[in-house]
Amino acid sequence: MDTMQELLQILEKNARLSLENIAAMMDLPTEQVAAMMDEANEKGYIHGYQALVDWEKAGVNQVEAMIELHVSPRKDRGFEEIATAIAAFEEVDSVMLMSGSYDLLVSIKGQSFQEIALFVAKRLSPLDDVLSTATSFVLRTYKRGGVLYQDEEIDERECTVL
Amino acid sequence: MDYDQILAPAAKAMRPSGIRKFFDLAADMPECISLGVGEPDFKTPWAIRDAAIRTLQQGRTRYTANAGMKELRVEICNYLARRFGLHYSPDDQVLVTVGGSEAIDMAIRAMVQPGDEVIIPEPCFVCYEPITSLTGGVPVHIATRPEDQFRLKPEQLKNAITPRTKLLILPYPNNPTGAVMEREDLEAIAEVLRGTDVMVLSDEIYSELTYGRQRHISIASLPGMAERTIVVNGFSKSYAMTGWRLGYAAGPAPVLKVMTKIHQSCIMSAPTTSQYAAIVALQQCDDQIVKMRDEYNRRRRFLVKALNEMGLDCFTPLGAFYVFPSIQRTGLTSAQFCEQLLQEKHVAIVPGDAFGASGEGYARISYAYSVEYLETAIKRIRAFLKEHGWLKQD
Ligand SMILES: Cc1ncc(COP(=O)(O)O)c(C=O)c1O
Repeated sequence: MDTMQELLQILEKNARLSLENIAAMMDLPTEQVAAMMDEANEKGYIHGYQALVDWEKAGVNQVEAMIELHVSPRKDRGFEEIATAIAAFEEVDSVMLMSGSYDLLVSIKGQSFQEIALFVAKRLSPLDDVLSTATSFVLRTYKRGGVLYQDEEIDERECTVL
Repeated sequence: MDYDQILAPAAKAMRPSGIRKFFDLAADMPECISLGVGEPDFKTPWAIRDAAIRTLQQGRTRYTANAGMKELRVEICNYLARRFGLHYSPDDQVLVTVGGSEAIDMAIRAMVQPGDEVIIPEPCFVCYEPITSLTGGVPVHIATRPEDQFRLKPEQLKNAITPRTKLLILPYPNNPTGAVMEREDLEAIAEVLRGTDVMVLSDEIYSELTYGRQRHISIASLPGMAERTIVVNGFSKSYAMTGWRLGYAAGPAPVLKVMTKIHQSCIMSAPTTSQYAAIVALQQCDDQIVKMRDEYNRRRRFLVKALNEMGLDCFTPLGAFYVFPSIQRTGLTSAQFCEQLLQEKHVAIVPGDAFGASGEGYARISYAYSVEYLETAIKRIRAFLKEHGWLKQD
């Protein structure tokens, strides 16, 4: 496997492994892995490192919504302009151009339903190119970033093979 | 009833697994990190599970032919040819069994009679000896050595062969040491065996899990060896299918014929659903094997480095999913080391002597666990060594 691809795979699964351990896992010198990580950052292969926080468990109020948007693309810049405009809102978590029955999928986090409703009504909907919005609130997260949120995966192996 | 009188002496004499008590203790510790199991942490690839579900829905749940479904035997032969250059006929040279375990049992029972000697290189998986003893065979142990990378050496084999030798067990890639036999090693062993009547039971259950420059090589692929070798393999380790209980043996038709007869009486046929699933495994899952192997490989390198840095010297294993570090710098026996580690740090690993006397001074650590889990275990082991003044200082 391409070593950069392998490094990215390892990091995507767990970005907190030490440089030394990653180097050991890849059988490469630590300096080389460090250089590759710099390269990955510089070239934009990696956009950041974040934690998968379970706010519900942490006892912190948080509401999340997915908003499906129909927009009218511009002749010259297509969806680019409106997508960038929406992405610029601090409240917005992600903006993605979709195939299928709507154009943009926007996810947003807030402290309450009202806060999100207000954002949609006062800031998103009034944008010139936004034709319609459909907001769905997240009721429960079961899995995110490849990790189960509700039931921990239990190790059922009990046979000690000798 | 006087059960002591009733039970067969040979069966009663089977080595009790002292290790059971040890792991029962571990199971009662909620905080315990166990690195004891010998099965993959991966789920069986979805395509395989899906195939099984489909045949269940269709109600295809009858016995199969005694030797296993023809289509599966054909796929097994294709696979052995494709991966290891072995050539067998699906008609009379393959038997589908309940795990590699049953294949080992059938092979030993088909060949070994009372008084026959069976050469068993140690440390090794522990089923060969009790099965041999139950048939009245005599286990003859060869202690493989760390300085030989736990490989079987031709001189050792030569010295162990007597006129009564019936069978050599060749358990590579090895559980618990992670040792492999490379082509040159196998050539040397084959040279000793050619021209004798000694048969080989080559347990190749870990054949897909090798990490060196050479891929696994089967001794049966060397000139003159197919006629004296029973190859045992299966789906447990390579396809993460331990609970499906499916394996197979391949070898000379006259031996397979007798093995199939015993199997017919004891087992009838291997699990039908598993056989359907296995066909899909062999047809579609080569890439899944590679993915799992790459992941094991990363864990292996991580563990070997961490253990060596702590002073638990471990030779670099090139197969299976175990490392076998020496615990000799602690001055403890394997059992003492593992018990103290369990009591004080709640980490369960297997004392090396569980795999034969020559495993004394070592412990087996499985890396069929996530890197995060292994990291936690390593932290605890390091703390354990440090508190006792055994940690290597650099
Ligand atoms: C060396 C070796 N052979 C054979 C087996 C048996 O595997 P199965 O019966 O699941 O195919 C094992 C299981 O751990 C093993 O380690």
